[in-house]
Amino acid sequence: MGGLTQKQLRIVNQVCWTLALAVAAIPFVFPFLWMISSGFKSASEIFGSPSLVPREWQWRNFVDVFTYQPFARQYFNSLYIALTVTALTLVISSLAGYALARLRFAGAGLISLFLVSALMVPEEVTMIPNFFLIKWAGLIDTHWPLIMLPVFGPQGIMATFLMRQYFLALPRELEEAGKMDGLSRFGVWWRIALPMSRPALAAVAIITFLNSWNLFLEPLIFISSLEKFTLPLALSNFTDPYGTPLWHLQLAATTLAVLPILIVYLIAQRQIIESFALSGVKG
Amino acid sequence: MPAKPTTGIVTQDASTPWLTLKMREAMEAWLFIGPTLAGFLIFFIGPLIAVVWYSMTEWNLLAQQATFVGLDNYDDALFRNPDFWLVVRNSVIFALGLVPFNMALALALAISLSRRFVGVVFFRTVFFAPVVTSAVAWAIVWKFLLQGEAGFVNQMLAHIGINGPNWLREPDWAMAAVIVTRVIKMVGLNMILYIAALQAIPRDYEAAARLEGASNWQIFRLVIWPLLGPTTLVIMVITTIGSFKVFDHIYLMTGGGPENGTLVLAFYIYKQGFEFFDVGYASALAMIMFVIVMVLTLVQLALRRRDT
Repeated sequence: MGGLTQKQLRIVNQVCWTLALAVAAIPFVFPFLWMISSGFKSASEIFGSPSLVPREWQWRNFVDVFTYQPFARQYFNSLYIALTVTALTLVISSLAGYALARLRFAGAGLISLFLVSALMVPEEVTMIPNFFLIKWAGLIDTHWPLIMLPVFGPQGIMATFLMRQYFLALPRELEEAGKMDGLSRFGVWWRIALPMSRPALAAVAIITFLNSWNLFLEPLIFISSLEKFTLPLALSNFTDPYGTPLWHLQLAATTLAVLPILIVYLIAQRQIIESFALSGVKG
Repeated sequence: MPAKPTTGIVTQDASTPWLTLKMREAMEAWLFIGPTLAGFLIFFIGPLIAVVWYSMTEWNLLAQQATFVGLDNYDDALFRNPDFWLVVRNSVIFALGLVPFNMALALALAISLSRRFVGVVFFRTVFFAPVVTSAVAWAIVWKFLLQGEAGFVNQMLAHIGINGPNWLREPDWAMAAVIVTRVIKMVGLNMILYIAALQAIPRDYEAAARLEGASNWQIFRLVIWPLLGPTTLVIMVITTIGSFKVFDHIYLMTGGGPENGTLVLAFYIYKQGFEFFDVGYASALAMIMFVIVMVLTLVQLALRRRDT
């Protein structure tokens, strides 16, 4: 029996675990690989050969994607909307979070309670009245609702609480000193509290950006013209007139939409995963 | 904003120091929280009140008129429209399939990945990657992989002699496929929450239990699992609510079909409201969804409180 030492046994054990994890990882990794590979296949090859390497690299797909619909414009829409939503959310949620964490005023508890309970409510519940509100304001088929609804919706409220939690954990002394030195409340927030909250701001920025970038229901409801589409809507739109997907174009476009995010994620995975952990703990 | 001259504050303090400072602080607070509060009232509280009113009206879109019909829309949903109960059944099946599967897998992955070993960062990165990917992209790729005979999954199954079903065209398989692909997409989020919780448990607890001669399973069952309680509760609430909100995933993979087999509540509301423009009925459905989610949340919180 005694062929294996304690150490060897541990190594064998670890190798088995790693192999099991590698098998479990297949359905998590493979869709990405298959998406990229299929994006390079021709319409005829795409269902033919189950091979990860295309027989013929169809670079043309990545050109056709841009001529089939205004994909460059749609790409830009997603980018500028996501950046706008992120910037607005950072300012508005950190202001509100600061007030809830540091300032004493009547009704603070009640406001917190109201805001928290809003997090529990699915946005489908308020979507119909919001649609009429946006319609009444004459903002159907504009990007306004795609900016305003996320900034003031559950996502913005979650950002507020994330900021509040972080401010609460900061030492008060620096802010008191700033006040002594004659900084206004706004000055204390801007010059002292915010610079100390970089991790929380980064977390809010990452989550908000991704959320806006991936938003689907709101564009589906509010946007109708092709040039105003955002990426998720555009991706779902690579179909023939009967609604059958043009898989080679759809997967090429999906590759173009997913790959930049994935690359940034691979570079900054630690930061990004921590951001989600930070936001989830308080959910 | 330039700094206020300190002398100004001093004179104010001298007159009615306590009151002024307090009022001033409150005023600043309202300014800081103002934008959030305004948005909250306009885009949440207002619509929430409106949806109650809408749900008791019948809309004629052509005439742009709403007539009060009382609880007729609720009556319609609960007692007359057979679709409603099918949708509720689908939503419950979806949640019952998704939540335990998601949580068990998340916990298993978290336990495997909360120790240090070569490759742990790689695996965490891999299991979390679908979370940052758009649901639309994820649904498109899986729909492609799960195509009938020519789909990749079935071609692989054919290699080992299994004749795979047409996943997204048969009601039961479609539901299973939607649940499984959704779990793969989202499990990374719960995994990292569990990893964070596991890493917060002091090592001594495990060491002490081991000294007492506890087995791995006993350590998990009697030491780790109870300590994970609060995290498990949070994850359960978030995941359950999330499962009732699922829309884009199903919209793109199955379109609610086949034979309405994957038509869930969020999708049904969307269809009634934005495809059939039955605003009153859709609003009643939205209210019902609101109540379901609230009750589920409260029940889970209450169960948990009784447990501990």
